[in-house]
Amino acid sequence: MTQEHGLFGAKGTGDTSGYGGLVRKSHNEISAERPYGGYFDEIMDELERAYPDFNDAIEQVVIHRGELTLHVKAARLFEVAQVLRDTPSLRFEVCLGVNGVHYPSDKDRELHCVYPLLSMTFNRRIRLEVSVPDSNPHLPSLVELWGGNNWHERETFDMFGIIFDGHPGLTRILMPDDWIGHPQRKDYPLGGIPVEYKGATVPPPNERRSYR
Amino acid sequence: MTTNDPYATSRETTEGRVYSVTGNDWDSLVTEIGATKEERVVVNMGPQHPSTHGVLRLILELEGETVTEARAGIGYLHTGIEKNAEYRTWTQGTTFVTRMDYLSPIFNETAYCLAVEKLLGVTEEIPERASVIRVLMMEFNRISSHMVALGTGALELGALTPMLFAFREREKVLDIFEMVSGLRMNMAYIRPGGVSQDLPDGALTKIRETVKELRHNFKDNAKLLIGNTIWMKRTQGVGYLDLAGCITLGVTGPILRATGMPWDLRKSEPYCGYENYNFDVITNDGCDTYGRFLIKMDELEQSLRIIEQCVTKLEALEGAPVVIEDKKIGSPADLKVGPDGMGNSQEHIAHIMGQSMEALIHHFKISTEGFRVPAGQVYATVESPKGETGVHLVSDGGSHPYRLHFREPSFNNLQSLAAMCEGSMIADVVAAVASIDPVMGGVDR
Repeated sequence: MTQEHGLFGAKGTGDTSGYGGLVRKSHNEISAERPYGGYFDEIMDELERAYPDFNDAIEQVVIHRGELTLHVKAARLFEVAQVLRDTPSLRFEVCLGVNGVHYPSDKDRELHCVYPLLSMTFNRRIRLEVSVPDSNPHLPSLVELWGGNNWHERETFDMFGIIFDGHPGLTRILMPDDWIGHPQRKDYPLGGIPVEYKGATVPPPNERRSYR
Repeated sequence: MTTNDPYATSRETTEGRVYSVTGNDWDSLVTEIGATKEERVVVNMGPQHPSTHGVLRLILELEGETVTEARAGIGYLHTGIEKNAEYRTWTQGTTFVTRMDYLSPIFNETAYCLAVEKLLGVTEEIPERASVIRVLMMEFNRISSHMVALGTGALELGALTPMLFAFREREKVLDIFEMVSGLRMNMAYIRPGGVSQDLPDGALTKIRETVKELRHNFKDNAKLLIGNTIWMKRTQGVGYLDLAGCITLGVTGPILRATGMPWDLRKSEPYCGYENYNFDVITNDGCDTYGRFLIKMDELEQSLRIIEQCVTKLEALEGAPVVIEDKKIGSPADLKVGPDGMGNSQEHIAHIMGQSMEALIHHFKISTEGFRVPAGQVYATVESPKGETGVHLVSDGGSHPYRLHFREPSFNNLQSLAAMCEGSMIADVVAAVASIDPVMGGVDR
């Protein structure tokens, strides 16, 4: 994530609050150590047992605000997801979709994808997170495992430009088919295009007023 | 087309001959298509069709009257709410998300606020009265949302009276919303840290009366539709989707409960203190439109039960705070509903303008910059009338969201349209869409 200096976007000496010198690193996810607590240990034990390449596939385990996130290597995503779905002691039978997040300053891991999984059998939730470089944004599609991911992956493609290999029909879903750019990326400005109304041109909102 | 209507034309394209139909010209269309020996017809229904719940476009491939393929075209109401929220403070976010699924605004707000509170780590500090009011408002909202689903669903199948009854009851619920928040829709009433203001004087009496009226009036629609032969013939076995289909498609809400699966987040992962209320999860094993209809009818009564328990709890909590104690999160403005809608209370204005410079500074800072939320990501869910509304919220530690994503049940559930409709009659598509109850504001966001 970005490193920010000061408050309110004050640059130079504008800020007299005393906070101007603060440097805040915002991405502070810290790997969790065992025991994870709750049912998380059980999930991880079962996953390790059911999936021999566990150590290679799982990059990081994060527990934040009582939620378990597994950072998975993009190439291994499909395998891990399948094990999570099919192992009788795990049974994450529902995937609640995909969501992209764009971290432009996370070098070679700019685009993240987050999959919230739900096990109705055990009433448990976990989250898978994968990252792909902006230069090669390819991820395996999980539509084969969870048919409901179809539209979610199309939306993520539409909004972030992440290409889901193996998707049955990866086209734009919310934006028009001939739209240029992927609106939810951080380098895509809010509003994005100037709007012409009765001859006068209204600039995109982010150029009208300074938001930060 | 053989008529003189300038809009009902036909032209050749690379895909084949395309006809425009404007109404009252069905016979001439049939005559003309019949002459072409073409078996397969692709009908483009919408996006401005009265029975598609807003700007939904259905692309239906027909053989005779049978639908062989059904696809939904969406995106006509995409407004970029998620992107906009990244440029606003955490508190302003409620004003945006309430406009997603505009028939269940309170659920969007609550889901969003639960996510913000989870990220802040203050879930435990939300005052009990605020949680009870949230539950009260959510259950009222469930009623108003189900009323639209039932009313418009019946209307689309040609039953006019149920729609009038349903909207009559919905008005009563909207009156409650107006009394409490000053607005009938898109209230932005639930805020991170609590609710924007306490219930006005006499609210509980009005709510008690309304519950009584609603319970009495719900019987009208029940009498009209439950067991009605025509209604059952149009809905039973229509839009069939079984448990396996629901699970793989991630479908939740009444559609899932109509397969006999008692899945309700209010029971399985209680939030806002739902574990302290007595209510039943309604199921049905029809897997069809009629089953979903019966579930919605029965959920109305369960919502009324919860509301009555809320009223009892609120009586005991009279005068308790409705906003988190932490002054760095809760708004200091002490909002009140005045004759012209909601705004700052006169006492607060007098305080910041005439008495305390520090209070003015604080008010200014929290209104413009807002508060900061520690970096991280969370996923919070509520059981909305349509299913699981999930909020994935990412913070970079700043004063507005880094990324906000709504897992909208309407968006997800609309995918099941193909599974429900392919192989059925074209007239049943309308019934199936009505049973999915998609709200395009939520689908497209």
